[in-house]
Amino acid sequence: MLKIKDLKAQIEDNQILKGINLEINAGEVHAIMGPNGSGKSTLSSVIAGREDYEVTEGTIDFDGEDLLDLDPEERAHKGIFLSFQYPVEIPGVTVSNFIKTAINETRKGRGEDPMEAREMLAKMREKSALLEMDKSYLSRSLNEGFSGGEKKRNEIFQMAMLEPKLAILDETDSGLDIDALRIVANGVNKLRSKDNAVVVITHYQRLLDYIKPDYVHVLYKGKIVKSGGPELAHELEERGYDWIKAENA
Amino acid sequence: MSDEILDEITASDYKYGFTTDIESDKVPPGLNEEVIRIISAKKNEPEWMLEWRLDAFRIWSEMEEPEWPNVTYTKPDFQAISYYSAPKQKKELDSLDEVDPELLKTFARLGISLDEQKRLSGVAMDVVVDSVSVATTFKKTLAEKGIIFCSMSEAIQEHPELVRKHLGTIVPKRDNFYAALNSAVFTDGSFCYIPKGVRCPMELSTYFRINEAGTGQFERTLVVADAGSYVSYLEGCTAPSRDENQLHAAVVELVAMDDAEIKYSTVQNWYPGDAEGKGGVFNFVTKRGLCERNAKISWTQVETGSAVTWKYPSCILKGDHSVGEFYSVAVTNKYQQADTGTKMIHLGKNTKSTIISKGISAGKSHNSYRGLVRVGARAENARNFSQCDSLLMGDQCGAHTFPYIEAQHPTAQIEHEATTSKIGEDQLFYCNQRGIGTEEAIALIVNGYCKEVLNQLPMEFAVEAQKLLEVSLEGSVG
Repeated sequence: MLKIKDLKAQIEDNQILKGINLEINAGEVHAIMGPNGSGKSTLSSVIAGREDYEVTEGTIDFDGEDLLDLDPEERAHKGIFLSFQYPVEIPGVTVSNFIKTAINETRKGRGEDPMEAREMLAKMREKSALLEMDKSYLSRSLNEGFSGGEKKRNEIFQMAMLEPKLAILDETDSGLDIDALRIVANGVNKLRSKDNAVVVITHYQRLLDYIKPDYVHVLYKGKIVKSGGPELAHELEERGYDWIKAENA
Repeated sequence: MSDEILDEITASDYKYGFTTDIESDKVPPGLNEEVIRIISAKKNEPEWMLEWRLDAFRIWSEMEEPEWPNVTYTKPDFQAISYYSAPKQKKELDSLDEVDPELLKTFARLGISLDEQKRLSGVAMDVVVDSVSVATTFKKTLAEKGIIFCSMSEAIQEHPELVRKHLGTIVPKRDNFYAALNSAVFTDGSFCYIPKGVRCPMELSTYFRINEAGTGQFERTLVVADAGSYVSYLEGCTAPSRDENQLHAAVVELVAMDDAEIKYSTVQNWYPGDAEGKGGVFNFVTKRGLCERNAKISWTQVETGSAVTWKYPSCILKGDHSVGEFYSVAVTNKYQQADTGTKMIHLGKNTKSTIISKGISAGKSHNSYRGLVRVGARAENARNFSQCDSLLMGDQCGAHTFPYIEAQHPTAQIEHEATTSKIGEDQLFYCNQRGIGTEEAIALIVNGYCKEVLNQLPMEFAVEAQKLLEVSLEGSVG
């Protein structure tokens, strides 16, 4: 599904990704871990198409198509979803209006008709229930005055509504208490299928207790320095990142 | 109308040596007493109206064009403007079927289908095209309730006592340069009277537009809500592209008697000029309302058009317990300049006012909020809340706020909040990531930002206003 080859990217002459190689297939869950400043969020931003980052080398292939040629919204239309580490506030725009616009613009981008209002409403009800969100969420301004946990839940709600092929969860666990973590993880797990894939970016093992990864990668200084199975996450939890740093000093 | 007056008019026409083809009426450019006499004569006005106009003209002749607004433009040449033009109409119209099909086509292009409007929303419309009303609808329904809704010309003929009693009482002739000019040369506009205790059953709507190149428009609107009555009045403007600047200097006067309520909503979309700042309408408007005891006036405006705007819809809160509200969205793009706001003059006890102003600047435009809150010496317990927000798009535009506060009573409570924000890259990227393109994202963010004001508009108007905001900001972020 996603093939990243020798990806190098910089922001304002500061090279952050120094040759990433990663392949993700449908049905898989990959965890990307690593200490602060290793390039985890940069990687997710580059995949999603944030313009601040300049890709200097390498390719990102998504279902046989070169992602780097596409605008961020076109990538979204192809089925790429990024759950933001810091979701933005949009005052005066309700959650329901925002998601409705997102869905219909995506459908338009795919040459499809807008979703029927009734179907939209039913889907919103179903997905907000899945994330144990109160009905009043839908009529609140997007992320305005939301707690950290509410923001993250709202991200996963949007993911549930948009049903992406590839979902990248960028530190979705940060700022979540244990109950919210369970709800969010449960939401993600219910959306997993053999046709989609999830990339979980996190510092901690904690989230991976709920969303079980098939592969774990360690990102350090802009490169994937170690890959393994779920056991690698446990090892990191026990030993910290110092041994990774020492190995790659 | 009496024969003497008719004779007099015919005679005065002749006396000044003007022969005018009644069917293709357009007075030659220039402004002097003769031109005013012609306008008055063409409209078969009574003598008192002519005298009123002439008095205004004399006042205007001695006034200077104001320079205090935060706008720069080449002052109009008042002698180069034609002060009267009427579309060719052979007779009074009883129904839309009789309206010139060309005019109807133009309306359709602007998305203003009268039939559709009438059918869907039950809105009575008094359409002003180049100074003369060509279609008036729903008059009968209104008449049953004793409501008068007609063109100003008609009101002068049919209801002279009401017009005479109120015209110029809220905005006096010498109020300001453009109000004086309007008083001298206004060619038409709307008049509305709601009798005591009557709740107007429909939104009253007037569409204004400038049709003919080089023609200034000077609308005069007077809305009188008698004691305990209610009316919601909508005013919308569109204008096609023009190379030369067009002057638009309207005057709107509202009278809300004891316990009456007037909601006055405007969507203004005059031609803003081209991408280089060439052309566009000068919009110098005086709007003011008077509230008697326990009365309420709400101004809601969505201003997206005009090259230069200079406009301060105001409320004089004369009566105790009266309420004034001002909700405004002003968008400037390209080289547009807007200096707009409101004045809330608290004179009565326990008077309240609310000001919500949302400015949006894009391109190389300048957008100023200018507002005055004055609490008079007898205005015990006056309260005001003002919120002035500015949204900037790009880094070549300007947003300015000029709030004036004058409190002469120690019990006055005046709150002023102001914010300035930018549509952030973060917000745009977030929307993009959800599949929403940049143009749509801007529309979404701007509509959210303006929501408090848009919510004040009647439903069908709000939808139109939203579309207008989107169109106005197209291409504003590269």
